[in-house]
Amino acid sequence: MKRFLKAGLVLALAGAGLAHAATELVIATVNNGHMIEMQKLTPQFEKAFPDIKLKWVTLEEGTLRQRVTTDIATKGGQFDVMTIGLYETPIWSKKGWLKPITTDAAYDVDDILPAIRSGLSLDGKLYAAPFYGESSMLMYRKDLADKAGIKLPEQPTWTQVKEFADKANDPKNGVYGMCLRGKPGWGDNMAFFTTLVNTYGGQWFDMSWKPQLDTKPWKDALTFYVDLMKKNGPPGAAANSFNENLALFSEGKCAMWIDATIAASSLTDPKQSKVADKVAFAQAPTAVTPKGANWLWSWNLAIPASSTKDDAAQKFINWATSKDYINLVAKEHGWHAVPTGTRKSTYANPEFQKVAKFAAAEKKAIDSANPNDSTLPKSPYVGVQYAAIPEFQSIGTIVGQQVTAALAGKATVDAALKTAQTAAEREMKKGGYYK
Amino acid sequence: MNRFLPRALMAPAVITLFLWMIVPLLMTLYFSFVTYNLMQPGERPFSGLENFHYFVTDPDFWPAVMNTLLLIGWVIVITVIGGVLLALLVNEPFPGRGIVRVLLISPFFVMPAVNALLWKHMMMNPIYGVLANVWTFFGLTPVDWLTDVPLLSVVIMVAWQWLPFACLIFITSLQSLDREQMEAARMDGANAFQRFGYLTVPHLGRPMAVVIMIEMIFLLSVFAEIAITTNGGPGNESTNLTYMIFKQSLMNFDVGVASAGALFAVILANIVAAFLIRIIGKNLD
Amino acid sequence: MQANPLFTALRAVGAWGVALLLFFPLGWLFLTAFKTELQAIHVPPLFVFEPTMDNFGEVQRRSDYLLFARNSLITSVGSTILGLLIAAPAAYSMAFFRTKRTRDILMWMLSTKMMPAVGALVPIYVLAQTAGMLDTLPALIIVFTLSNLPIMVWMLYTSYKDIPNEILEAARMDGASIWTEFRHVVMPLSVGGLASCGLLCLVLSWNEAFWALNLTSAKAGTLATLIASYSSPEGLFWAKLSAASLMAIAPIVVFGWFSQKQLVQGLTFGAVK
Repeated sequence: MKRFLKAGLVLALAGAGLAHAATELVIATVNNGHMIEMQKLTPQFEKAFPDIKLKWVTLEEGTLRQRVTTDIATKGGQFDVMTIGLYETPIWSKKGWLKPITTDAAYDVDDILPAIRSGLSLDGKLYAAPFYGESSMLMYRKDLADKAGIKLPEQPTWTQVKEFADKANDPKNGVYGMCLRGKPGWGDNMAFFTTLVNTYGGQWFDMSWKPQLDTKPWKDALTFYVDLMKKNGPPGAAANSFNENLALFSEGKCAMWIDATIAASSLTDPKQSKVADKVAFAQAPTAVTPKGANWLWSWNLAIPASSTKDDAAQKFINWATSKDYINLVAKEHGWHAVPTGTRKSTYANPEFQKVAKFAAAEKKAIDSANPNDSTLPKSPYVGVQYAAIPEFQSIGTIVGQQVTAALAGKATVDAALKTAQTAAEREMKKGGYYK
Repeated sequence: MNRFLPRALMAPAVITLFLWMIVPLLMTLYFSFVTYNLMQPGERPFSGLENFHYFVTDPDFWPAVMNTLLLIGWVIVITVIGGVLLALLVNEPFPGRGIVRVLLISPFFVMPAVNALLWKHMMMNPIYGVLANVWTFFGLTPVDWLTDVPLLSVVIMVAWQWLPFACLIFITSLQSLDREQMEAARMDGANAFQRFGYLTVPHLGRPMAVVIMIEMIFLLSVFAEIAITTNGGPGNESTNLTYMIFKQSLMNFDVGVASAGALFAVILANIVAAFLIRIIGKNLD
Repeated sequence: MQANPLFTALRAVGAWGVALLLFFPLGWLFLTAFKTELQAIHVPPLFVFEPTMDNFGEVQRRSDYLLFARNSLITSVGSTILGLLIAAPAAYSMAFFRTKRTRDILMWMLSTKMMPAVGALVPIYVLAQTAGMLDTLPALIIVFTLSNLPIMVWMLYTSYKDIPNEILEAARMDGASIWTEFRHVVMPLSVGGLASCGLLCLVLSWNEAFWALNLTSAKAGTLATLIASYSSPEGLFWAKLSAASLMAIAPIVVFGWFSQKQLVQGLTFGAVK
């Protein structure tokens, strides 16, 4: 009898203990619309998993990257779930800094778009789960194209694009032929510019890791870019990145814009754009080759290898990147608000297709992007609009500064590329890639 | 007792500051002599002066030093002169003086990050910025601030934020100006300029020295404004020493080179301070 | 001594003109907080529009404003008080018991701020981590206090030095001891200086973003980290950022407004003999 009572007491205490032991997950994330949606749906998650509580730390992209990298490299343990990009994942997984993501059959990991899945996997194991993916594409004003008598094919050439820009450029009436990123930064102007170099047949590094910035493709690309923007770009282009161009296009000031596919959802929303019903889409333009013309990026959830809350973290990540989650967002906010660019099933969904006119163009762009093969000559690095090596952030930004200098007319194309080449060689030597 | 009391009063400040300074300084000193990149944790081999050499041979180094000095110099000149003039302006009563004072010191309350975004988007954007609209109103082409004059744009942003600081210090100091002495001088026939030159300016000597020294320290480490608006470009026109360190520390995660850079910044700061002390040092007494 | 009414009028016009000009960007921020995102980027800039409170609601929904505000309050007030307690005696000693070393010590104190924070990030981060102080309020209070201490000492030193010597000598000749002198002469005359020093350091701590961002995660974030989540996201954000900024600086501006009166009181008391 006594033993029975004792056992009962222990069980009761254990039960009480279990009920109180809520695991708290600290999630570091980026402040884009989809993540903010996810934060709003925290109550739903906590209802489904009552023993896990979520705490959010939201930061803008650059700061987020610095924070989580410092934390994971010093094993600070401040974050249990980290939002990292397609850029970090190969680097970190190779270093063994991440735990593999375990999924079950219901998760349907094969549903993830192949381009993104391969970018996030090492030796067949997924090291970060994507919750949002994007590529780049050409967004243009159908009405201005009609007025200029131009019909753009599904994947135009840069020559065709330039023709349209020249015809549509009308600064007196506040319309500029082409809006492009100009702000220096590896993730700002260089994201776009790298794809331009790719289609001109260039690459960042050759197979022996020597920077190729003073080669013909780079010269041609930079000359074209500077001329195009001088003639048809808006003033202040050298300080514009995604947000600034989005504002300009939404105000009706751009005839064309090449940037992240996510822009399409804002541009076609009458609440956020004055030209919502006048926007059309095409694939990113090509020059010499279509390879690497559209970039590939995804934001993903990952678990640091030193995490002690692995179980709860896996549960959260599975929930947040599952089909059910996408359905949940659709139910709460409509199909136009769901995170895109991750799963084939999203694009196959007729409700989604109805609401997202750009869906077909976006999927085509993502499918055509291959981080493992995005340059005409063979490259030793992975990544379409970047090279997945730790030194790239710094190199990309330095080169970005020189590209901006050329754009702003402060340096000739040759001088800018020479400076960029010297700086890149310096960094690569320091990184030990070659002597 | 006479010797003990002053020492005892100063002790807490001196001791805490010493610890606060010495520990990171020693660690930074240590890191600057080893190869240490956060992305390659593990071995930290001694590397002598390699980090320093790498930092100094960066083609951006000397332009960055120049930009740092220009930034500090211009902001100090604008804020000290502007601060003194404004303080004099509000020194005598007039209707609404209290409100005017509050308006004058408000820019200091804005966070540097917000300050940068404010100027970049609202004021300096050549298409929809306020300054652009003012320019077109007068029939001129708007200035592309961040592209054509990036360093000047940063100077404007930072000066706007620090002017209230200088203003407040000078307002406070002017209040303790000896009124009777002023009256006596006026009755002796001294005009406004002479009174300003012989009485006001010397009185403001010490606060000016304080403002200059404090601003110099803060302006040395300006970087949020640069990172948010121009990212150091175009080229390296708005890169300053701190931005270079930031690139090494938080983009390259190269703690070794960043530490070497930080020591260079300390050396530069010491040189500038020594130089300034020569000019205004007697005002500190 | 009558002030010339013409001069006063000119003075008023000049002062108001400059003040409004300097304040304009902030005023614009205030207006923008009440606009929609599209209105915020309208060309030409809109002065007249239908205001909306949506942005504030959004900020409140998205982040725990009260938690951040509370943390900001605790860390700035805490570091200001702690700083004053340490700095005031030191400044007093340097002002009234001057030695040959005084200027050197002042310069040395300033030199502790010469290393850019970004260069010392990893050492401090590792220190905080080893001490288990990451994401705690005490850590922020300590860092803020030590960051502001040199400024405080300098400013208090100046305000103590501003006290005219005649007053002190008069007090001493009347037979006052050091303590009486301090309590009845120095203290009242330096209230203005203490107040402006305290206000400035409150503002510096309130706006301190670098350490607040890097040393905190979920629990100890301040309003500066709140702002970080609104700056430069993907998409139009200008109106929301304005609203968030207003909410972040409102407490300190209101406080500054009220303490202005204190400053004036303290100052005029000091000037009158």
